[in-house]
Amino acid sequence: MNFPHRHVLGIKQFNAEELNFILDTAESFKEINTRKIKKVPTLRGRTIINLFFEASTRTRTSFEIAGKRLSADTVNISGSSSSVVKGETLEDTARNIEAMHPDIIVMRHGASGASDYLATRLDCAVVNAGDGTHEHPSQALLDALTIRQHKGEIAGLKVAIIGDITHSRVVRSNIDCLNKLGADVRICGPKTMLPPGLERLGCRLVSNLAEALTDADVVMMLRIQRERQGKTLIPSLREYSRYFGLNENNLKLAKPDAIVMHPGPMNRGVEISTAVADGSQNVILDQVENGVAVRMALLYLAAGGETQSED
Amino acid sequence: MAKEVTEILDNTAVQRALMRIAHEILERNKGTEDLVLVGIRTGGDYLAAQLQQKIAEIEGVKVPRGTIDITMYRDDLGSRNDLAMGQTDIRFPLGDRKVVLVDDVLFTGRTIRAAMDALIDLGRPRNIQLAILVDRGHRELPIRPDYIGRNLPTARDEQIEVDFNEQHVPVGVSLFK
Repeated sequence: MNFPHRHVLGIKQFNAEELNFILDTAESFKEINTRKIKKVPTLRGRTIINLFFEASTRTRTSFEIAGKRLSADTVNISGSSSSVVKGETLEDTARNIEAMHPDIIVMRHGASGASDYLATRLDCAVVNAGDGTHEHPSQALLDALTIRQHKGEIAGLKVAIIGDITHSRVVRSNIDCLNKLGADVRICGPKTMLPPGLERLGCRLVSNLAEALTDADVVMMLRIQRERQGKTLIPSLREYSRYFGLNENNLKLAKPDAIVMHPGPMNRGVEISTAVADGSQNVILDQVENGVAVRMALLYLAAGGETQSED
Repeated sequence: MAKEVTEILDNTAVQRALMRIAHEILERNKGTEDLVLVGIRTGGDYLAAQLQQKIAEIEGVKVPRGTIDITMYRDDLGSRNDLAMGQTDIRFPLGDRKVVLVDDVLFTGRTIRAAMDALIDLGRPRNIQLAILVDRGHRELPIRPDYIGRNLPTARDEQIEVDFNEQHVPVGVSLFK
């Protein structure tokens, strides 16, 4: 199949067929991660720069491992150690990096739209590893891959997403991705953490946790960002946990074979109880494992192709 | 303008060729000990299944069979548009095995080069042998098949296709020019 995208900026740019194609490609790469020698020569000689302006362990490591397993040369630059702290603009930083001829820049940035901004200004491919509160396409895709592996098909599944919706780029990408793949998405969280106009994304707003969980096939818990908004938008973590935390009791409302997901890092005892986080229904580490395969697929697709149209 | 189609091998001829290859594999390897079949997706994979069946008919032994996808090992990532990729599925160790690599048509040899690299990344076989249904020439690499269904000199711009039915059984080989 042809993949007519030069950059990977968000789920927004893909249709259902392309999303499935990415997932199929990731499925093929998964096998490499179980080999004794975890390396294929697919991207030999390509240079990938991981430009991370925001702290990230999981995503950066995952992209780095993905690049290395494809034999690309990966270089990590983090915001705190770069010239950004000396006052350089994003565009100048990126242009300087581009002068060294990388093939792909993988970027995480605190500002929504930062990767779109770069994509229109640089010649190399840009892969969005999370921009502000906008999109986090690789996370949504690894979630979709995990759901598909456990449930067979995504179409028709009831997916409950619970937590701080306003500040989550994961949720925006996930709603879009799951909708395009035919799932029925319900959203639940404290009123202070629900952005206005959410229904326009094509999901159902549910006022209480019990309703969101009832008959769900997939329960996706989001992290309360304690270091940021978490402090002012809810009275206390204890109260949040009481009304929006997932535990063994309220999980019983979901289907018996429902899977529990969390993009990490988890706040045990806040949005998810330890019993559930370690319980038999959790697929949290599958998500991490699939993350490497999905990122291999994205890097491969971004690097490949002869005539690449701008999107 | 419609392309001219010539049938090179019919159903019976394909089955005979595969049966002969199965006998040759057994003769060369003195039986089925340590023998495994690996088909290259997707045509080679179907043919490997046929060879597995024929070897079982002759020898009464079902030799292990796996599938290899060579997309990750191709040398033309920047110049092709079709980026689709299949899965490699080999559920037995390759170390010290005699691997018969199976493909439908042998042309430039680049696919075989990629497949050998892929195999060696998965283990260290004792040897790799190559079984091909149609060898059409025009090699670009020093690669030579061990078992050949049919040698067929072709022009570079002609096309060879092995036709399979819905059960993935080969039913014929055609030449398009």
